[in-house]
Amino acid sequence: MALLEVKNLGISFGGLQAVQGLNMSIESGHLYGLIGPNGAGKTTAFNMLTGMYTPTEGIITFDGVNITGKGPEYISKAGIARTFQNIRLFNAMSVLDNVKVGMHNRVTYSMLDGVLRTKKYRNKEAEMNEKAQRLLDVFGIGDKADYAASQLPYGQQRKLEICRALASDPKLLLLDEPAAGMNPNETQELMETVRKVRDDFGIAILLIEHDMKFVMGICEEITVLEYGKTIAHGDPQTVSNDPEVIAAYLGGDDED
Amino acid sequence: MAKQKKISKAARTYLTSFILVGGFWGAIEAVKLSGGLSSKAAGLLIPVCAYIMMAISLNLVVGFLGELSLGHAAFMSAGAFAGVFFYNTAGAGMPEGAAIVLAFLIGGLAAGIFGVIVGVPVLRLSGDYLAIVTLAFGEILKNVLNSLYIGADSAGLHFSLKDQFSLNMEPTGKVLMKGAMGITGIRKFSVFSVGILLIALTLLFVLNLMNSRAGRAITAIRDDDIAARSIGINLTKYKLMAFVSSAVIAGFAGVLYALNFASLVAKKFDYNLSINILVMVVLGGMGSIPGAIIAAVVLTVLPELLRGFSQYRMFIYSIVLIIMMLFNRAPAFVMWRQRMALKFRSGKAGSEKEDAGKKKG
Amino acid sequence: MQFLSYLVRGISLGSVYALIALGYTMVYGIAKMLNFAHGDIIMVGGYVVFFTFCQGGMNPWLSMILAIVVCTLLGITIERIAYRPLRGAASLAVLITAIGVSYFLENGAMLLWSSEPKSFTSIVSLPALNLFGGSLQISAETIVTIVTSLVIMFVLIWFVNNTRPGHAMQAVSEDRGAAQLMGINVNAIISLTFAIGSGLAAIAGALLLSSYPTLVPTTGAMPGIKAFVAAVFGGIGSIPGAFVGGILLGIIENLSKAYISTQLSDAIVFLVLIVVLLVKPSGLLGKKATVKV
Repeated sequence: MALLEVKNLGISFGGLQAVQGLNMSIESGHLYGLIGPNGAGKTTAFNMLTGMYTPTEGIITFDGVNITGKGPEYISKAGIARTFQNIRLFNAMSVLDNVKVGMHNRVTYSMLDGVLRTKKYRNKEAEMNEKAQRLLDVFGIGDKADYAASQLPYGQQRKLEICRALASDPKLLLLDEPAAGMNPNETQELMETVRKVRDDFGIAILLIEHDMKFVMGICEEITVLEYGKTIAHGDPQTVSNDPEVIAAYLGGDDED
Repeated sequence: MAKQKKISKAARTYLTSFILVGGFWGAIEAVKLSGGLSSKAAGLLIPVCAYIMMAISLNLVVGFLGELSLGHAAFMSAGAFAGVFFYNTAGAGMPEGAAIVLAFLIGGLAAGIFGVIVGVPVLRLSGDYLAIVTLAFGEILKNVLNSLYIGADSAGLHFSLKDQFSLNMEPTGKVLMKGAMGITGIRKFSVFSVGILLIALTLLFVLNLMNSRAGRAITAIRDDDIAARSIGINLTKYKLMAFVSSAVIAGFAGVLYALNFASLVAKKFDYNLSINILVMVVLGGMGSIPGAIIAAVVLTVLPELLRGFSQYRMFIYSIVLIIMMLFNRAPAFVMWRQRMALKFRSGKAGSEKEDAGKKKG
Repeated sequence: MQFLSYLVRGISLGSVYALIALGYTMVYGIAKMLNFAHGDIIMVGGYVVFFTFCQGGMNPWLSMILAIVVCTLLGITIERIAYRPLRGAASLAVLITAIGVSYFLENGAMLLWSSEPKSFTSIVSLPALNLFGGSLQISAETIVTIVTSLVIMFVLIWFVNNTRPGHAMQAVSEDRGAAQLMGINVNAIISLTFAIGSGLAAIAGALLLSSYPTLVPTTGAMPGIKAFVAAVFGGIGSIPGAFVGGILLGIIENLSKAYISTQLSDAIVFLVLIVVLLVKPSGLLGKKATVKV
């Protein structure tokens, strides 16, 4: 069985059907793309997968467990982590602390351990510091550990957000438009990073993108959404030759 | 190198805070020894300690959790009344030390329970609604305490929200709490060192908490609650943790404060007091513990030092609130300051880059 | 009959709350901020009427208009200086500033006019209405207050639904960014909202003081907070909601004063707020808000 199985997933707000009949199957270690024009329901799908929204129909199975309708806390613990379209960092906290917050449910000790500074506290903190620093180093921002997150330039903020997500040891990483707002050089570098994450951490990645080139360049399997419905599915070659996809992209406002 | 710097940053806060409190203690003790402490100043010592605790604890909610509580005085009040009531009744027959310790514990516990009662419903809300509901709870507690009568006779305790006669006591019964008159005849206990000790414990608790996993979760919720949820942080749990911890400390402060006077009335702990504490937090810089300590001392002592200041006091406070917010939070000002900081730092950043280069090489 | 008279007094007080709540709810709905100083504008309006009409002997209508002008200008000025620079900042910062403004007005009034209570003379010079052979007396102030707040509510509803600025207000309330893109001058609309709300506060002040004639610098604080409770009760952002919430709150307050306890009536009013927010946070007539991820 695949790591993530999405069956007939759908949600409606009031009368509006934002996503309908979405099926996806993502294997461990896969790089999967979810694309579509603006307002196609991609982020809504993410919000259902991460428990921010409760689907009105369909089943999500993750790692053999039905996680449909579970809250973000449960889903995060189960092993799904995400980034956000418009970067959501803990701006006033240090870069290192941002990553350490990511480990919230992975390296734990009680409030009392923290207040009384027990041995457990010291050991766990040391473990966290080391792990966080290592993650930051992988992404080349290790020397910024001490900066406030808001002081980082845009591209590095994106990286930090991925670091924070990885800190929770996910089995599946959801990236919401990671290349948004990046120039071609940065996008190229990001592609390398994403591949590297998959290879080094051995996890599955599901990403939403607007930038067709980016998706075609790195994803092994792609689902295309339009107005909440799946209009195409397959490997990059198949999808890019699909007439409906071409129509959707030429007809829609793909470049914003 | 980066790591070293980080540790020193947290350590700096500890160091500054404790030096401030130690310095305050030392200075007062020195003046006391030289006999230069006027009785008026001596009377201020305990209130200053209580306000420092209040400011630190409110900072936990306003500065670190990022929610505005307008009923902080109510937690102080809950602690004060519970602690003093015990001290005046059951504690009367005990050795003083035990009675004092128990009074503090009971005061803290009462404030904590009130904190949970307020916190559980309130923390489902946020922003403006949370602020107004904390204000509402504060007013409710004040009104109830203001009309609460408690008496004791051989049959036990009697309660009434109306008046003394509705207590229905035997003629020999004793009224312990008289509505708006509150509790009277308190055996005063005001030892400055105890105040300092409590501040030190508060500091240790708050600083340790904020530099731990729980504290990071609390700050994360403040910075971005949606991201915090996505990481698997239980919002209710950590909001409640910050809120109730803050209430318990306020309860201790309440006991400390109340034992300094012969009588205790609910009116003292009104909305104005909550705002006074808020001014301390804002002036000290939200989220800054040393700042809160300095602001609490300055704002308590200054009105007493400057004659004729007292009628301008609240007026000046109001301007302080507005200006501090505009200067620290207005987007245009923030950007301007960032630009200034960048300009200022550009010289420094060059040398930092050099350092990094050296390390790599 | 006793009950009826309490009820009428409650409706009268509630009408004042409704007037204040109308201003509150518009500012909250459009500027998305809790203007803590709103209640204190009532007090300023009260002092203007006091000095011109009660002491100066000015024509009550003229005095009223003057108070409206002063409060309107005050509201616009406060928004311009204290709130507008903070647009886009966290609500915590805006709220603290609003508290600062509230204290500024109260303590400024204290310095200017001292905290000594001023005795207000009613601006309404009509005879009271006697019903049931005199066993139920309804004061002229009560009638004027109720009628005024009803008329103002209907005018506001008409204004918001049928005029260009009214439509612009709805647009800004719905989505400020989109409204801006549509070419609506958001700053002007927010200023207008503050102007209307503050003008209403002046009227509310004069009517409140006509029924409860003690004027002190903190006169507006409690009614202001209670009016916010009323606005939340009725559903924040809803004009009819503010009116209904105000009337109900006034009734609840007066009946608890009469039948439960004078001391605890405020506590009961606040309890209502807490229960409403927990059971139906959108209020009686409000819409449910959703947060976008």
